[in-house]
Amino acid sequence: MTPLSACRRAAHDLATRLRLRVAPALALLALLLSASLVRADALDDTLAKFLDDKFPQTAAAIGELAAEAPPQAAAILDALGDNRLLIDPADHLVAYKTVAGQILNAKTGAPVEGVDAAAFKKVRVNNALRSAIEGAMGSLTLANPDPGKRLAAAQDVFRTRDAKALPALEAQLAKESDPRVAAALKLAQAAIFATSDSATPQDRLAAIATLKERGDEDAQSLIDTLAQKTTDPAVKGAAASALSSIHTRLALWGVAQNLWYGLSASSVLLLAAIGLAITFGVMGVINMAHGEMVMLGAYATYVVQILLPPSLQSWSLAFAIPLAFVVSGLVGIAIERLVIRFLYTRPLETLLATWGVSLILQQLVRSLFGASNRQVSNPPFMSGAFDVGGLSITTNRLWIIVLSALVFIGLQLVLRATPFGLQMRAVTQNRRMAASMGISTARIDMLAFGLGSGVAGIAGVALSQIDNVSPNLGQGYIIDSFMVVVFGGVGNLWGTAFGALLIGLANKLLEPLIGAVQGQIVLLIFIILFIQRRPRGLFALRGRAVEA
Amino acid sequence: MSARLDQLGLGFVAILIVAAILVPFLSLAVSPDSAFYLPPYLVQLLGKYLCYAILAVALDLVWGYCGILSLGHGAFFALGGYAMGMYLMRQIGTRGVYANPILPDFMVFLNWKELPVAWWGFNWFPYAMLMVVLVPGLLALAFGWFAFRSRVTGVYLSIITQAMTFALFKEFFRNDFGFGGNNGLTDFKDLLGFSLQSASTKAALFSASAIALIVAYAVSRAIIGSKYGKALMAVRDAESRMRFIGYRVENYKLFAFVVSAVIAGVAGALYVPQVGIINPSEFAPANSIEAAIWVAVGGRGTLIGAALGAIAVNFAKTYFTGAFPEYWLYGLGLLFVLGTLFLPKGLLGLALKGSEPKPREVISVDAVEEGAEP
Repeated sequence: MTPLSACRRAAHDLATRLRLRVAPALALLALLLSASLVRADALDDTLAKFLDDKFPQTAAAIGELAAEAPPQAAAILDALGDNRLLIDPADHLVAYKTVAGQILNAKTGAPVEGVDAAAFKKVRVNNALRSAIEGAMGSLTLANPDPGKRLAAAQDVFRTRDAKALPALEAQLAKESDPRVAAALKLAQAAIFATSDSATPQDRLAAIATLKERGDEDAQSLIDTLAQKTTDPAVKGAAASALSSIHTRLALWGVAQNLWYGLSASSVLLLAAIGLAITFGVMGVINMAHGEMVMLGAYATYVVQILLPPSLQSWSLAFAIPLAFVVSGLVGIAIERLVIRFLYTRPLETLLATWGVSLILQQLVRSLFGASNRQVSNPPFMSGAFDVGGLSITTNRLWIIVLSALVFIGLQLVLRATPFGLQMRAVTQNRRMAASMGISTARIDMLAFGLGSGVAGIAGVALSQIDNVSPNLGQGYIIDSFMVVVFGGVGNLWGTAFGALLIGLANKLLEPLIGAVQGQIVLLIFIILFIQRRPRGLFALRGRAVEA
Repeated sequence: MSARLDQLGLGFVAILIVAAILVPFLSLAVSPDSAFYLPPYLVQLLGKYLCYAILAVALDLVWGYCGILSLGHGAFFALGGYAMGMYLMRQIGTRGVYANPILPDFMVFLNWKELPVAWWGFNWFPYAMLMVVLVPGLLALAFGWFAFRSRVTGVYLSIITQAMTFALFKEFFRNDFGFGGNNGLTDFKDLLGFSLQSASTKAALFSASAIALIVAYAVSRAIIGSKYGKALMAVRDAESRMRFIGYRVENYKLFAFVVSAVIAGVAGALYVPQVGIINPSEFAPANSIEAAIWVAVGGRGTLIGAALGAIAVNFAKTYFTGAFPEYWLYGLGLLFVLGTLFLPKGLLGLALKGSEPKPREVISVDAVEEGAEP
């Protein structure tokens, strides 16, 4: 006798003895669990329907799975929808293949072993069945123990307005304890009532009340559909009054949303223009390559994203902002030292020379990084959006507003509280007088240009979060930035901030009225006309500084 | 410098007259096998350069002699081009894809039922030519009247002229605006009954461009040589002083600006039948800035320098964009930088350097004044 067979015999003996002792207890247990056993039997019947592999039978099985909601139901339905539900009619076995390729018994969820995979055959599905599967899945998740899943399922039904989900929905609504889920279920119910042809007037009135509370565009269109389906005057009246109330509400939120967009656009404009305002203010030259400083900042962000290890990705901006400031600042200083310095008394030629620099920088970036757009991903804290009432606020735009406010405050501090800022303001107000007082204007020019360009680099970091990073990135913002500076006047950062705010807001508020392009054109014409009246901008320096 | 420059100007006009006669001859009468034969595409290319040269002369008139660096002259050029394009569109008639006798194809495509008012009369050549002159001229008049009256000068003026062309750029891109949207106007068939595809029409257009360049030069030269021109240059050099003396500075500027815009419009009108298309990209601010660099490279305040600069830079552009497309932007960029840094008077200024008496150092006073502006 081999040791192995001895072992086996010993085990068998033990099992026999155990069975004898345990049998009564097992019987009791079976009695207690009879309910679940019945269910298990029902599951057997349901699964048996799949074995026929006929559409009506399969449809019936799907309906039963949805109604009984055994724990395996979701996995089975999912597999069926994906053509992964397998049958072996010879062995009366229903199984499914997981996405990973493992074959599991549909009833027990245990791996099927010792059966030839070739013996299985797929259960066929058609489009009607697929939609039945979707509906069944929806109602299954409606009963999910996890409130988050239930909420998602309810919102799903609200979107699909699937009348088939109504029984499951109402069953869940009756016992729902979570108020948020209950509200979502009620809304989903209202959506079904609103789109169904057979809803009673009471149902419809209830639906109108629920939808009116929600008061968004979905609700508006649902009530609209409902009003067309009904002939009941009471329902029609309720629908009309709900519609007008939603309409007012939406209009107000629409204005608020546009103000938000405007604020967001303003913050971007401010970031792009404030550096320009500094260089223009101090030196009286317009740096046409300013947009390229922005672009370099955006590419610096891209490079940081590539170089950082994944563990530090969420901190990428902490590296990108200083890097962008330094890169753009140094390039700016180089431009000032190599080009602008020599064109001091010829401001018009500076326009041309810096335009040439901008062409070179664009082509340089194109040669290095390629002409196509580069993707810069948002760090986790900057992605996503949240709602405030009817207002949808994207997190990245919110952070850009914060960033532009910080940059503005930082620059004001530099200008007001540092010796460099004092000297810079002196040069801005009266260059020759400042030089006479011993200020090295050449040094101030260089540093001011570096500062303005560095700030443009920071703007590039911000833009990389909301726009495509491409060699032409800067071109899109440069003319608007000029407008902000020209409008706001030089020598006063408040003017720039005010100009950016006004132009950004006007742009976005005009947009819904006359369209985006028309709005921009109207604004350009307005600024052109405005400059006629205030040639030195809104916040012009006054006094001796200004040579008429 | 003026006398020497006028001599060069005469030579320039002579060369243009010879070209206006010789190019059609070489293109039409010489057999294609001959070494002197000019194929039609080359004639067309040369004609295009001449149109740019006219634009450069127009720009030089305001920048070189009046100190107004317009970064919106491309807009006047394009408006003249659009006026010509509209005439050419109406000439297509039933030969378009939709064979509508009145409406151009893009209007049929947009489901428009009748011709917009702005298009009325453009089937009549004299009216179209009137518009070529009138539209840029009136725009310049309105714009300049506002700008010069409120004493917008220097970089501010450059920036708002750029904004002007940018606004038009955006407006013309819109399909609803009624001028073909982003596709612009194209598929032209004939001009005054002559097919635009034929070699003889191309040669004639070249000659017309050469003559237009001569006229543009002559008009500009006449303005500069007159008493008015002297005042204009004085405005350029010391605007405030002129005003204090009692000159109406804005009127001087306005006149030069309008004449310049009209010349630019004519250049655009000649340009469109030669390249066969006009679209909103002609309004792109970059085009206007490029025109400024032609003038700067050739020699500001010399007229013929500007024209030669336009031809030279565009020849280089044609060559480099074909041979080394990646390097053209570097080349153009360097041209902007090095040209402004080392050739303040342009190539022609360099060539004339030895021949002129050394100018007294009077410019510096105003230069400092200009530089001191905030």
